[in-house]
Amino acid sequence: MFDKLPLWPTSASVHARYEDGLFIFLTLVSLAMTLVIFAAVAIFSMKYRRRQGRQASHIEGSLLLEIGWSIAPLGIMMIMFAAGALLYFRMRTPPTDSDQVYVVAKQWMWKLQHMEGPREINQLHVPVGRDIELIMTSQDVIHSFYVPAFRVKQDVVPGRYTTLWFRATEPGTYHLFCAQYCGTMHSGMIGEVIVMDPKDYHAWMVNGAASGTLAQTGMTLFQQLGCNTCHRSDMQGRGPMLNGVFGHSVQLEDGRAVTADENYVRESILQPAAKIVSGFKNIMPSWQGQVNEEQLNQLVAYIKSLSPAPEGAAVNSGAAGGMQPQESEDTK
Amino acid sequence: MATAAVSTERKNYLNAEYGIRSWLLTTDHKRIALLYLLSITLFFFIGGFFALLIRLELLTPAGDLMTADMYNKAFTMHGQIMVFFFLIPSIPAVLGNFLIPMMIGAKDLAFPRINLLSWYIYVAAGILYLYCLMTGGVDTGWTFYTPFSSQFSNTHVVEAGLAIFIVGFSSILTGLNFVVTVHRMRAPGMTWSRLPLFVWSHYATSIIMLLGTPIIAITLLLVVLERTLNLGIFDPTRGGDPVLFQHLFWFYSHPAVYIMILPSMAVISEIVPCFSRKRVFGYTFVAASSIAIAAIGFLVWAHHMFVAGISLYSALVFSFLSFLVAVPSAVKVFNWTATMYKGSISFSTPMLYAFGFIGLFTIGGLTGLFLATLGVDVHVHDTYFVIAHFHYVMVGGAVMGYLGGIHFWWPKISGRMYPEAWGRLAALIVFLGFNLTFFPQFVVGYLGMPRRYWQYPPEYQVYNVLSTAGASILAVGYLLPMVYLLWSLRYGKPAPDNPWQATGLEWRTPSPPPTFNFEETPVVTWEAYEYETMPLPDEVTLER
Repeated sequence: MFDKLPLWPTSASVHARYEDGLFIFLTLVSLAMTLVIFAAVAIFSMKYRRRQGRQASHIEGSLLLEIGWSIAPLGIMMIMFAAGALLYFRMRTPPTDSDQVYVVAKQWMWKLQHMEGPREINQLHVPVGRDIELIMTSQDVIHSFYVPAFRVKQDVVPGRYTTLWFRATEPGTYHLFCAQYCGTMHSGMIGEVIVMDPKDYHAWMVNGAASGTLAQTGMTLFQQLGCNTCHRSDMQGRGPMLNGVFGHSVQLEDGRAVTADENYVRESILQPAAKIVSGFKNIMPSWQGQVNEEQLNQLVAYIKSLSPAPEGAAVNSGAAGGMQPQESEDTK
Repeated sequence: MATAAVSTERKNYLNAEYGIRSWLLTTDHKRIALLYLLSITLFFFIGGFFALLIRLELLTPAGDLMTADMYNKAFTMHGQIMVFFFLIPSIPAVLGNFLIPMMIGAKDLAFPRINLLSWYIYVAAGILYLYCLMTGGVDTGWTFYTPFSSQFSNTHVVEAGLAIFIVGFSSILTGLNFVVTVHRMRAPGMTWSRLPLFVWSHYATSIIMLLGTPIIAITLLLVVLERTLNLGIFDPTRGGDPVLFQHLFWFYSHPAVYIMILPSMAVISEIVPCFSRKRVFGYTFVAASSIAIAAIGFLVWAHHMFVAGISLYSALVFSFLSFLVAVPSAVKVFNWTATMYKGSISFSTPMLYAFGFIGLFTIGGLTGLFLATLGVDVHVHDTYFVIAHFHYVMVGGAVMGYLGGIHFWWPKISGRMYPEAWGRLAALIVFLGFNLTFFPQFVVGYLGMPRRYWQYPPEYQVYNVLSTAGASILAVGYLLPMVYLLWSLRYGKPAPDNPWQATGLEWRTPSPPPTFNFEETPVVTWEAYEYETMPLPDEVTLER
């Protein structure tokens, strides 16, 4: 039962080392501060403890000291602020060529689907050394995707996508926790992230060969739902053409311009009236309740695949190969 | 000092009238303070009972003592009771109520009947909450996060939400009463720069109560309406936003942390000068820092949401402001420490609690910097690190201050001295038990153990065993004062008017005070904390 006494969490991602360094810095500063206060209290209370005939000195204060002990801590804190902000920026800005995995959280389970097609539940297999971006949503309450060994955490919110990225540095099996309280079996909503050697990962990927990539499934669904009757690839449809839209700026009817990201595509499917593309009418019906979260992910992945990444940005030579599905623009 | 022993015949606020009616219909701020003392003590022990259940469940990694649902209710009700029914009213409604009028030389608060009304509101809300508890309880976490609370929980969210909605009005009225009293009821010569720091701190607290509490009331009402009328404000499938709830909730609930800690700082600012026989170091800065905390405290709420999906840039702003709010807290700690420099320090029970406060609040405050640091918060957010941090502030800080204050003013409140040796022993037990309970949680939190987990991976067990052991020691430390304070009511030595030779006006009136506090309105011609003019207290009267 007490055979191991862990003192430090495993570090297995590029963020982990940085975060640990920052944590140690903060701990040292805090220890120093605590020591100063404790020592002062201890020394004063010993040296000036009440004895026969001891008179307290009359001291009112010192402006210089007040300014000093306001400014000095603030200065140290600004270092913490800056270092913490830099790490946070890194954590919140996924590299453009990362491999993407779609995550759907529900009470009390993690459902994941790789772009290449394989689905997993409460497990995530990733290759070591690759940037992995998770595109996450929840189909019920708020959850939080937390891998302590990677020092990453992101709430998974219903009705929108949030993202999280990491690059694992050590093969191994790591805890995956739900960190946001989500009801009865919150503590059972756990799983594992399995970081594999690229070769093993490739073998795993081939083994789990699914019916098709996420984008291919999305294309089938796109046709089944009849989306292609309006969103045609020949600019003749009643809805905007979707080729080459993703990742680019879209001019809206009300004059605004937005970047077509996952959340935009999602919203355009569920609440088409929210943002009308310039030159089109508000005629698309809402798909709220008609498609589930996983189907939404497939549609998003498909629409994404209609916009090949710009030259040079995507150098996709991951071990598994063909991470970025390159569908033809043929939507009929 | 034996000559100072008071005649038991003398009329005071306790024996002015007898009978249950005279208590339930009283408008005397001192009696209302005692009514609050009784009711919040009851809730403290109910909340403590749930804490005990939590710690027992976590003794082993498997979920074996309770069902998952029971555990979820236990931590929810522990949090809600401790925050809304104990900590928020604790020092203001008991010590603030009892002392503020006396400290400023007034006969009572500005609105004595409203003061009684706020206690009745508290009781009504308390009964509703107990009803909620008896009929099955609530499992949303004390934070009520949507859409779990609004659409998914099958427990008594409406009752709990309404109870907390109602208890908010008690807090608003108390805040209002304090603000008006401090503005309008000060005795001649009691200028703002002569106000005890206790009053300054409570003034800042009252401002937060007045401005913040309506927001939590509205927010919880929205959750209730969402559940009953199906409004859809927090429902993403109908264009609502569940994260909006978090903004609204923390807009009050972060300042609420300062509602809990500022009054405790108020107590420490009285105790440290008294037992150092010195003026408080940097009076102006300690007073101003209370106001600064209240003001900046309203601008840091989103630091609870760094991983909730808020924008990068707003996270930056809130991180910066969170560091900023640490400055006035640090200034206070430095000033209390400096107050001891070249003092004449005695180790009486209240001072031991003040030492405890300074130590634990320092650790609580410094670990707050970890959470304000964006990149670190991502890892430790929603883990036991956060639990440890806020217990260091809200138990290590607020409760230590509360107990210190209860001991410091016990002679004034009850007219009896408590047994000093027992007092010191209890303070020591509380300090040790507290650290053993909560320090291991920093470690297990950094290891990654998430909060609100009914079962957990076995590698975290050692720390949880330590924590549970500490909690049982802590429980002894909390029960001891209950016993000897009650004992002292009958057997304690009668208290002199000013057993500590403290400077405040409340000590220039008999113990216990007469109904209208002063025989004649005092005229203040001196600064606060002129300890150089006071004789040393006679230690003999203090020891039993």
